[in-house]
Amino acid sequence: MSQLVLDDLHSLAPGSPAQACFHLNFELTGPACLGLTGPSGSGKSLLLRAIADLDPSGGTASLDGIDRNSIVAHQWRTRVGYLSADSAWWSDQVGDHFIGLQPYGFEKLGFNDSVLNWSVARLSSGERQRLALSRLLSRSPEVMLLDEPTASLDPDRTIAVETIIADYARAHNAPIIWVSHDKDQLQRVAHHRLLLDGNGHIEALS
Amino acid sequence: MNMISLTALDLGLAALLVICVALISWRLRLGNSSQILLAAVRTTLQLLLIGMVLKVLFAASNPVWIALMALIMLLAAGREVMSRQKRRFAGSWGYSMGTSSMFISSFSITVLALLVMVEPQPWYQPRYAIPLLGMLLGNTMNGIALALDNLTHNAWDKRPVIEARLTLGMTWSEAISDIRRDSIRVGMIPIINAMAIAGLVSLPGMMTGQILAGSPPLEAVKYQILIMFLIAAGTGFGTISAVMLGCRRLFDERERLRLDRLR
Repeated sequence: MSQLVLDDLHSLAPGSPAQACFHLNFELTGPACLGLTGPSGSGKSLLLRAIADLDPSGGTASLDGIDRNSIVAHQWRTRVGYLSADSAWWSDQVGDHFIGLQPYGFEKLGFNDSVLNWSVARLSSGERQRLALSRLLSRSPEVMLLDEPTASLDPDRTIAVETIIADYARAHNAPIIWVSHDKDQLQRVAHHRLLLDGNGHIEALS
Repeated sequence: MNMISLTALDLGLAALLVICVALISWRLRLGNSSQILLAAVRTTLQLLLIGMVLKVLFAASNPVWIALMALIMLLAAGREVMSRQKRRFAGSWGYSMGTSSMFISSFSITVLALLVMVEPQPWYQPRYAIPLLGMLLGNTMNGIALALDNLTHNAWDKRPVIEARLTLGMTWSEAISDIRRDSIRVGMIPIINAMAIAGLVSLPGMMTGQILAGSPPLEAVKYQILIMFLIAAGTGFGTISAVMLGCRRLFDERERLRLDRLR
């Protein structure tokens, strides 16, 4: 059972507007999912980046009682898996991004192993998004921070991806923080939902 | 020495050629004619000045003055490295990173060459020390400036990729490894090329100078080979050190990519 505890966590990313750097207190026990929604620029992505320790941040974050500052940053990021809205690929071939990994859920995501030989440049945005999810889950994170994980997918694929994520969360007891513009989606996947108003205020949605 | 001394008229004729180029570039609206003239004036004044300084320095052969001269050369090279970068490190880092790397490589190699290979008496004799240091600084400066510019430019452009690697649990060093390798390679390209074509396409400047001054060609060649090796070593060490320092500085203690440290 993984428990993510955020205490007064807020982004201190240089150059970010103050109203986007809201403070969050939350305890999330896997496989529960916290949904975040709100207008663009309200700081949803900044919050995920702060939890993943990609930007300077204030407050504390701990996983299963282990404060993130007590372990080296790359270990924290291995445990707290962050999926950014735009996936980045550093090599021409898909397979180069899965070296030494057992690709997670290719079949359910609509791929077979031949995708490893595909060229990244020829992937559609939806394919990229699904492969980025597989790339993340292949590393067995204990927490999932998902930034618009289905934004480029059609409705059928969206449902399939939601199922894969929920299955992973149950199998690993992994808490999820799910950022989405789609309130219906959060209704389906999230157990708790927060609305950011873009002025630094947080409102719980029932 | 049976060197033919140049007169002011000789230099004036050569200057006319530069003025011709400036005129043509003005007609073609290249927008750099004033730059050409300014650079030509600068080169004249700076070289005349250094000529006089060297004259005094050679006559005095005082280690304190030589050290001071070496320091000024180093600081000027450090400034040049910084100004050649589009996105340089903010604050004192921008200056000290290149300067310290040049200090490590150029200075130590010059001293080594003077003590072990050239062995003038005394070892700091300015006729050997200053030109050697100058050649080393000039070339390591090129390598370091290219390498650091490549590093900061690529780190800026490839931020999504570097951060994607970080989010997948890689260390900062793994996350920037390909950019680091690339930057070091870029810094070493000029000296590798120079060594590869030396004597075939171009006669290196120092050798040309020695031959013009009346040295036997083979003596000049030996010096040139020594200099090439020293420059290659200096550029290699200096570039590696500068890029390593630069990479470390791009990440903070929590292995976050800190592009806000560039400007």
